[in-house]
Amino acid sequence: MPEHETAEQRAPHDEVADFLRRRREQIAQRWADVPLFRTVFTVSRDEAVEAGKSVVEALAAVAAAGRAEDAEAAGFGVVREQLTRTAAARSRAGASSAQVSNEVDALRTPVVDLLVADLSAAPAEHVRECSTALTVLMGTLRLVVMESALSEGQALIDRQRLQLLEVATPVIKLWDGIVAVPLIGTLDSARSQVVMETLLEAVVEQHARFAILDITGVPTVDSLVAQHLMKTVAAARLMGAECVVSGIRPAIAQTIVHLGLDLGTVVTRASLADALAYALDQQGTGIVESTPHAAGQR
Amino acid sequence: MQTAGRVEASLPISSDMDLAWVRQHVRQTAAELGFGLVEQTKLVTAASELARNTLVHGGGGRLESVRLANGHVRGLRLTFADDGPGIPDVERALTDGYTSGDGLGMGLGGARRLVHEFSIDSGPDAGTRVTVISWTVRPPHPRGEV
Amino acid sequence: MSDPYPRAPSTHVPVLRLGDVLLVTLQGDLHDSTAEQLQQDIGEAIARSSVSGVVIDISGVEIVDSFLGRVLAEIAAKARLLAAQTVVAGMRPAVAITLVELGLTLPGMRTALDAQDALGMLTRQAASSRPAHARQESP
Repeated sequence: MPEHETAEQRAPHDEVADFLRRRREQIAQRWADVPLFRTVFTVSRDEAVEAGKSVVEALAAVAAAGRAEDAEAAGFGVVREQLTRTAAARSRAGASSAQVSNEVDALRTPVVDLLVADLSAAPAEHVRECSTALTVLMGTLRLVVMESALSEGQALIDRQRLQLLEVATPVIKLWDGIVAVPLIGTLDSARSQVVMETLLEAVVEQHARFAILDITGVPTVDSLVAQHLMKTVAAARLMGAECVVSGIRPAIAQTIVHLGLDLGTVVTRASLADALAYALDQQGTGIVESTPHAAGQR
Repeated sequence: MQTAGRVEASLPISSDMDLAWVRQHVRQTAAELGFGLVEQTKLVTAASELARNTLVHGGGGRLESVRLANGHVRGLRLTFADDGPGIPDVERALTDGYTSGDGLGMGLGGARRLVHEFSIDSGPDAGTRVTVISWTVRPPHPRGEV
Repeated sequence: MSDPYPRAPSTHVPVLRLGDVLLVTLQGDLHDSTAEQLQQDIGEAIARSSVSGVVIDISGVEIVDSFLGRVLAEIAAKARLLAAQTVVAGMRPAVAITLVELGLTLPGMRTALDAQDALGMLTRQAASSRPAHARQESP
């Protein structure tokens, strides 16, 4: 910041703060007609003006504090609330990030024009400094809005991804003490984690001594997923349940061998029906009238 | 944009009782930050392993914990520091099965698998600093360590 | 569970005797010294009263680290030498997932969903092995 102002000329950031407070009403009126506000507050123009006024006020506070370049300045809190909601509404309506960014930038011209008009009597040097200060402030505003809009969008995506994972992992009780998860679609690391947790929770809830992981509907298994399957089996065993993996298709069996993975300690069966028969037999439930096998012996 | 909060707590690690304090503190902080139950359990277990290393091999030291924020994702950074004899061969100490005292030799290598980020700074007679970080949402590139 | 203060160090875990089975219930955060004491107590209890099994109910335990894992494994190994079976019962899912990630799968350790199941396993076993009294489990 240049520091050669004459005595009666005030620091640019104070001048800008004063200007924003003085012209709050007019600025908000002009903003109400730019696309960002116009397309969000479609019903009431007054509402747009009110929203605009609170943003101008917040900007004035930031300018007065001399923190125009600081996106973390306290005054931007209000801005985050107001404009982020507005920007998010624009995104939902299908506007791209670049478009929204341009729309926020469009708030700048009317304000700068008004400032220059207001300072028409001041020396050219002072006008230049003040409009630079205001431009910096508006640039930081754009950064703040884009940042919080993006993080809001990311939070939404994360929530939806988690919901999707839970929906895609149904645990079915097949028999007293036997639960199964039929997996369909690609397994990645995050989904494998959810599968493991959901299945083990079901073991506790259903008091299940047997848990069946059916991967008939899983197109491919990489080493990470195979590792997750083995971890699930090991964790179930620690809890006192036996986990059976069923539906390993020839192509997947080939991959497992190819990757050099040892599924030796994991009980596997060709189909879900075979896995159920195995569990029933181990449990000593019907079908075969053999003496009940002691759990843990294979 | 990642921001670190102030040092949340600094706990001494000089007795069996302190290990329980460490576990309690990490459990509570992780729960407040919104960690799921499984991630909480992993982090508390890792803290227990590392605090015991600090106590047994480092002759006692400190835990410093700092809350982190990366956008809307929250995190917890734990630093275990001691002025003990240090670890002569860090690479080897991280291999499973390695142990310099009792335990099943799972201490360091095991703790590393329970957290998202892991770093260690140690040398003969230079003490040991182990720093771990976990996030409420797993980062896209989880294991870029050492 | 959201107790802001660590519980007062309970230095002793009660070891109950039910028929010829010992039942030990672990709760909350176990201090290292308490765990070591327990290991000793169980060893003595088995030697004193020749039981056939030990059930360790850990459904109230929120974390098992490698230290406690080792204590459990050693209790089981010691019991085996004294011809008693050990069953660890009621491990929580989060604890099980963490142990596996840690690399501790406690091979050879018998497990059950809860203490009742564990007692059932041991009594069934005792009944079927009574005629051949000297039968021993391979490690």
